[in-house]
Amino acid sequence: MRQSATEVANRLLAGETAAGARAIRWLDDRDPRGAQVLAEIYPHTGRAQAVGVTGPPGAGKSTLTDMLVAEWRRLGRRVAVIAVDPSSPFTGGAILGDRVRMGRHALDPGVFIRSLGTRGQAGGLSRSTQDAALVFDAMGFDIVIVETVGVGQDEIDVVNLAHTTVIVAVPGLGDEIQAVKAGLMEAGEVFVVNKADRDGFDATWRQMDLMLHLRAQALPDLRWDVPLLRAAAAKGEGAEEIVSAIEAHRLFLEREGEFVRRHGARARDQVLILVRDALAAIAFDLAEEAVLQQVEARTLDPYRAAEQIVSTLTNGVVTA
Amino acid sequence: MATEYKRPLRVLLAKLGMDTHTVGITIIGHALREAGMEVIFTGLKQTPEMVCAAAIQEDVDVVGISTLSAGHTRSLPKLARLLREAGADDKLLVAGGVIPEEDKALLEQAGVHRIFTMGSDTRDIVAYLESWWETRRAEEAA
Repeated sequence: MRQSATEVANRLLAGETAAGARAIRWLDDRDPRGAQVLAEIYPHTGRAQAVGVTGPPGAGKSTLTDMLVAEWRRLGRRVAVIAVDPSSPFTGGAILGDRVRMGRHALDPGVFIRSLGTRGQAGGLSRSTQDAALVFDAMGFDIVIVETVGVGQDEIDVVNLAHTTVIVAVPGLGDEIQAVKAGLMEAGEVFVVNKADRDGFDATWRQMDLMLHLRAQALPDLRWDVPLLRAAAAKGEGAEEIVSAIEAHRLFLEREGEFVRRHGARARDQVLILVRDALAAIAFDLAEEAVLQQVEARTLDPYRAAEQIVSTLTNGVVTA
Repeated sequence: MATEYKRPLRVLLAKLGMDTHTVGITIIGHALREAGMEVIFTGLKQTPEMVCAAAIQEDVDVVGISTLSAGHTRSLPKLARLLREAGADDKLLVAGGVIPEEDKALLEQAGVHRIFTMGSDTRDIVAYLESWWETRRAEEAA
């Protein structure tokens, strides 16, 4: 049974789960029908608030996400979750286990959970995360939570995608500075120390508090006062405060005209990435085996080889 | 032309009912991942309704149920029926675990495509899924 892109687009705009799921699959698989669906639904996007949830492995991101979903449902919001887990760079295989912590929402029609493998993308997200977020936006979800893979330092692509990014830290990951490293510390609009019932909570809290003060001093123009919150997600503690902070951040963005601007910036970013990828694919196809062999044989250096290939590409475009 | 992207097979693995034996399903999950598949775990104590909803949201190709504490003669046919009613019966439904020989016919009739009993080699399971996948892809391309 071969479904048409228009049919899937219309059904997902009407809110049909199976159609939304199929559109995301096509986009994730680079099936050409994915781009066709996106073309039809794109005018209906730009409303949902994208919320990133990121932090080191074992910080309790999935459990926290589960708790936030429950809180937003209590407030009557429809919530989609994009849960990203790493794909093996060797086999392409992946274990996507984030749903395990979100079982209680399985039968709630106001919640849609989709697991994605990174499929070779660095930065903590999958290649199609932005596309999936657009599908959920078009389906009318109020909140789209993007839960990243467990991140280390600079894997903060989610910051560019989300309106609001929640950074989750936990006590007991060893050296306190390691708990949340520089890149993460500079990103994010809401900070949470999870597993607050654990030993070492006070030390982690003080460390985070200090680093946020330093960040505020370094960025005096930033008018958003970054909140530091505590949670024990496994016990359901802290949800109200975190959701209030995220909602407050949305109001702040709207007041500053930033909400629309971030949607716009996201759209621009995506176009640039698509152009870059398409041009790179063409250039790789153009790259003559002979040139590459010269580099391997050390008779040509990589920079000059790249220059040659790029100039071939530019000429090709001009004469085409 | 850009190189063709071969998408990974997506497989949902779940346990139905009050069954907390996770050794088998974990081994299968890792074997499928090693074979390049995307494996989605739902967690324990799932109802057929929950598994059906997850299969649709995740838009998987295969739904695999591990059962080691009976109840499969009721829960598996129900899951097959729910998938059918939801228009999701293009997904391959397979089951594995402690399933007596005399239950097989009933389950297959109810819509379980393949049953792997205790002692099945993970390589045979991978080979079966890959061969099904090849056939399915050829059909899709046609």
